[in-house]
Amino acid sequence: MREFLINRVIVGLLVALVVSILAFGLLRMSGDLALEYAGENATTADITRLRHELGLDRPLPVQYLDWARNMLAGDMGNSLSTGEPVIRLVASRLSVTATLAGLALSFALLVALPLGIASAYKRNSWVNWLETALVTLGQAVPSFWLALMLSAFFGIYLGWLPVAGTETLRHFILPALTLGTAALPILTRVTKTGVSEVLQAEFIRTARAKGLSTRQILVVHTLPNAILPVVSLTSVQLGQLLAGSVVVETVFALDGIGRLALLSIERVDFPVVQAIVICLAVIYILLTLLADIANMLIDPRLRAKQ
Amino acid sequence: MTALTLPRATASRLNIGLCIVALFIAVAALAPWLAPYDPAAQDLNMRLQPPVWSGDGDWAHPFGTDAFGRDYLSRLIYGGRISISIALIVVAISAPVGIVLGLAGGYFGGRIDAVIMFIITTRLSLPVVLVTLAIVSITGGSFITAALVLGFLFWDRFAVVVRAETQQLRNRQFILAARATGASHLQIIGNEILPNIIKQALVVSTIEMAHAILVEAALSFLGLGVQPPTASWGLMVAEARDLFFFLPHLVTLPGLAICLLVLGINLLSDGLHSSGHT
Repeated sequence: MREFLINRVIVGLLVALVVSILAFGLLRMSGDLALEYAGENATTADITRLRHELGLDRPLPVQYLDWARNMLAGDMGNSLSTGEPVIRLVASRLSVTATLAGLALSFALLVALPLGIASAYKRNSWVNWLETALVTLGQAVPSFWLALMLSAFFGIYLGWLPVAGTETLRHFILPALTLGTAALPILTRVTKTGVSEVLQAEFIRTARAKGLSTRQILVVHTLPNAILPVVSLTSVQLGQLLAGSVVVETVFALDGIGRLALLSIERVDFPVVQAIVICLAVIYILLTLLADIANMLIDPRLRAKQ
Repeated sequence: MTALTLPRATASRLNIGLCIVALFIAVAALAPWLAPYDPAAQDLNMRLQPPVWSGDGDWAHPFGTDAFGRDYLSRLIYGGRISISIALIVVAISAPVGIVLGLAGGYFGGRIDAVIMFIITTRLSLPVVLVTLAIVSITGGSFITAALVLGFLFWDRFAVVVRAETQQLRNRQFILAARATGASHLQIIGNEILPNIIKQALVVSTIEMAHAILVEAALSFLGLGVQPPTASWGLMVAEARDLFFFLPHLVTLPGLAICLLVLGINLLSDGLHSSGHT
C-alpha cells in the first residue's frame, strides 16, 4: 500500500511537471511578452531593453527553470492588464468557483445516489423510467442554454432567485443547479451499474435468504461494495466541475476563476490564464490521488493487494 | 447482428437514434435546397419579424428573423452543418490518435503501457474548455482551429476504452495461436485485435461526437468558436440572448436543436452499446 501511494505521488508530480511545461509553452505561444509589457508607445530600443530585463533573450530551457522556480516560490508573475500579482487574483476568485462546484456536486450526488440505487433495485418501474429520462436529457442539454432557461424562468418570470452576482448563497442556487446537471447523468449511471452488479452477487442472495430487510441489504451489504467507482468518479467530476464552470460563471456573472479565465483570454492576459490552467491541473491531480486513498480506506482488499 | 434480433428496448433506441441523426444529416446536406434564404443575408427592413405561430408573422419567414433581418429558419438549417462537421472532424482526428495509443498500451504492456498511461493522465488533468479557449484565441478564433484543437484533446476516452479491451484480448487463445504461427505484432494487432475493438471504438465515437457538438456550441456561445456571420446554434443563442423576453424562440429553438441532435446521437450510442452486450 505504501509503495502504491509513493508511486502515485511520483506520477502526480511528473504530470504536474509536464503540465507546467505545456502552460509555459502556452504563454510563450501567445506572443512577445516584452511587447505586451512595453505598451503601445514603446520604441524598439525600449522593447529590446525590456526583453533583456525580463530575461526573454535567454534560451527557453533557462527561462523555464527560472519561471518554475518563481512558481514554486508562489510568484506567478503579474497580470498584464491590472498589474496585480496573479496569485492573489486567482486565490481571491477560487473560493467562488469552489463554492459553486461544491454546491453543484452536492446537488448532483443528492439526486444521483438515491436515483441510481432505486433504479437498480426496482427494475422496470417508474423510478427506472425517471432515471432514464433524466440521464438522457441531462446528457443532451447544453449548459449555457439550460442556464439561460433557468434564469429566465426562476429568476425573471417567477422572480424567486437572483440571476447575477455572488452576494448571498441564494445567488449560487441557479448556477449550481445548471452546473450540477452536467455531472448528474454519469454519477447516476455509475451508481446504478455498481448497485446492479453487487445485487447479483452470491452474498446478496444469502442475505435475502436470511430474511434481511431491503434497507439492511442495500445499506449494509450493497452500498459499501458499490460505492468504490462512485468515489473515484466523484473526485474526477469535482475537478471537471471546477474546470467547466467558465460557461455557467459567464452566464450568471459569478466572479470565479472560470469567468476570470475567459476575461483574461479576451484581454490577452496570459500569465493569469497560465496560472489558472496550472491551478486546475494540480487540483485535479490532488483529487484523483485523494480518491485512490479514500478507496483504499473503504476497501480492505485494495489495501492488501497493493 | 441486425437490429431486428435485439431486445425491443435496445432496437427501438437504436432506431429512434438513427432516425434523428439521419434527419439532421439530411437537412444539413440539403441545406442549400431546403433553406428559403441565404443564412447570412441581412434585410434591415425586416428585422425581428415574429414567427408565424405568434399570429403576427407570415409565411415569408416561418420562424421570423433575427436582429439583422436574417431568416431564422435558414440560419437554423445551416447551423446543423457546423455541428455535424465539428462532430466528424473531431472524431476523425481523435479516433486514430486514441485507438493507436490504446492498442499500443494494451497490447505491449510494461514500459510502453506506463508511458501511455502517463500521457492519458496528463491529458485528463488539463482543463479542456480553457485550453481550447486559450489556443483558439491565440491563433485568432476560427471554426477550423477549434475543430483541430478539440480533435487533439478528445482522444482520451478512445485510448482508455481500447486499452482495456486490448488487455483482455491479449492473452486469448486466438491471439496466442496467431503468435505461434509467427505473425508479427503489427499483423496481430491489425488482423486479430483491431476487428474485435471496432465496435467499442464506434460507441466511443458517438459519445465524442455528442461531446464535440456540445463543446463547439459552448465555445461559439462564448464568442471563441464559429465567428459571425456564420450560423452556429451556440452563436445564435448568444446573439439572441438579450431578446429572450421579446422573441423567446430565438433562444429556445437553437438550444432545442442542439438537444435533439445530441439526444439522437446518445440514443444511437446506447443502442450500439447494448447491442454489443447481448
